[in-house]
Amino acid sequence: MPLLLLMVWEAVCRGGLVSPIMLPSPSAITIKWVEWLRSGELLVDVLGSLGRVTGGFLLGAGLALPLGLFMGASPRTYEYFNPIIQVLRPIPPIAWIPMSILWFGLGNPPAIFLISLGAFFPVLMNTISGVQNVDSIYLRAARNLGAGRSAMFRRVILPAATPYILTGIRIGIGTAFIVVIVSEMIAVNNGLGYRILEAREFMWSDKIIAGMVTIGLLGLAIDQVMNALNTYLLRWHRGLDS
Amino acid sequence: MDYISISNLSKTFEGSDCTVPALQDINLSLSKGEFVCLLGPSGCGKSTLLNAIAGFIQPSRGEIVVNGQPVREPGPDRGVVFQEYAIFPWMTVARNIAFGLEIKGASTAEIRERVDVLLETLGLSEFRDRFPKDLSGGMRQRVAIARLLAIDSPIMLMDEPFGALDALTRRTLQDELLRIWRESGKTILFVTHSIEESLYLSTRIVVMTYRPGTIKRNQIVTMLHPRDPAGAEFNELKRELGHLVMEEQERHTHDEMKPV
Repeated sequence: MPLLLLMVWEAVCRGGLVSPIMLPSPSAITIKWVEWLRSGELLVDVLGSLGRVTGGFLLGAGLALPLGLFMGASPRTYEYFNPIIQVLRPIPPIAWIPMSILWFGLGNPPAIFLISLGAFFPVLMNTISGVQNVDSIYLRAARNLGAGRSAMFRRVILPAATPYILTGIRIGIGTAFIVVIVSEMIAVNNGLGYRILEAREFMWSDKIIAGMVTIGLLGLAIDQVMNALNTYLLRWHRGLDS
Repeated sequence: MDYISISNLSKTFEGSDCTVPALQDINLSLSKGEFVCLLGPSGCGKSTLLNAIAGFIQPSRGEIVVNGQPVREPGPDRGVVFQEYAIFPWMTVARNIAFGLEIKGASTAEIRERVDVLLETLGLSEFRDRFPKDLSGGMRQRVAIARLLAIDSPIMLMDEPFGALDALTRRTLQDELLRIWRESGKTILFVTHSIEESLYLSTRIVVMTYRPGTIKRNQIVTMLHPRDPAGAEFNELKRELGHLVMEEQERHTHDEMKPV
């Protein structure tokens, strides 16, 4: 099916039915992609985007995880932070762009800020519900076996909440990936987002689509890695299949 | 002196639109090494009593003293085996058993040795590195028992631990529990609604009334272990206790039929 689609696409382009600017042919895109790769620029762009995603994600998730654990475990902490979080959460990271440029200028800092914002809320919300949904029977059992606060957190609450936390991380990475492309279109001068916007200036449709395909493949790769991590960390978890 | 002493214990659960008197003026003493069954229909407060001794719930009135110390909170001196298999699903069998010892700060060598012995004792050796999801209900309850034996709780509080098991598995586990009890000299309080189970296991049966839970009968069982569930004495007691329990069950049924 995908092969058929590609063949039809190629045929349509070669037959001159559409202009190459509106829709370049798959072969032209491939040639452009190889050229991009050979120049070394593609690697710089991919690493730039990945670096920002990683940095922003680690920052956002790194703050969200401990806060989520505390908010989930302590109703008072929850009451304290929840109102402000409920107001900030619906604001899309995109809406933060003007303020982030005012605060951080141009370059990587506003990009990292926006990405961490995108990763922060999904991880936070899922961690909170993960902790709140820990079956009280496990808490009772652990207390009964003499577990103190710290052992309770590390060895019972955290692992019991892991399925939720991993879901949050997955959504968080997805959001981070969207935000990185957007932020590169504004604040920095490399990365996949920057490159496809730059290609638009020159009407390089083939390069734009090559960039989009690269983004797609990169997202797929990240998802595969997450999947493997999920399967490993939740090997104890009874899934729908058992 | 009594090992576990419960005096004038009452517990009322306060809901938003109703209050449920779960326990009322319970006076009960257990000596060291006794195997006592709490017997009664659902809603008679037997699990509430067990949870109060475990320290999970605070009584409304009265006091529980264990080994000279008033009960304030849960502790490893009163190990609980829960009805729902409360072993940690994210830990392997061996890690579950080791949990209490690790909390206590036992040395690695000590933990390994103790876990090995317990895996052997409860026939779990081949499951040591498996996760609970791969185990049957009976095996999970063995892990739960091993987890308590690891920390050597002198008291074992068991809340219908074999209720969800098939009859044959249940009998096997009952026999193993009796062996453990005999060899360890632990004090066991065992909640059940099965008359036969209470007669098969315990040295004393405490029959409870339906809502509010009070003590209806304190029945000492002198038959020697192993007991024959087909024997004359066994069945005579079974009939007698059956009448007592059915009276309470009828009050329970009556309550259930009432329009809300």
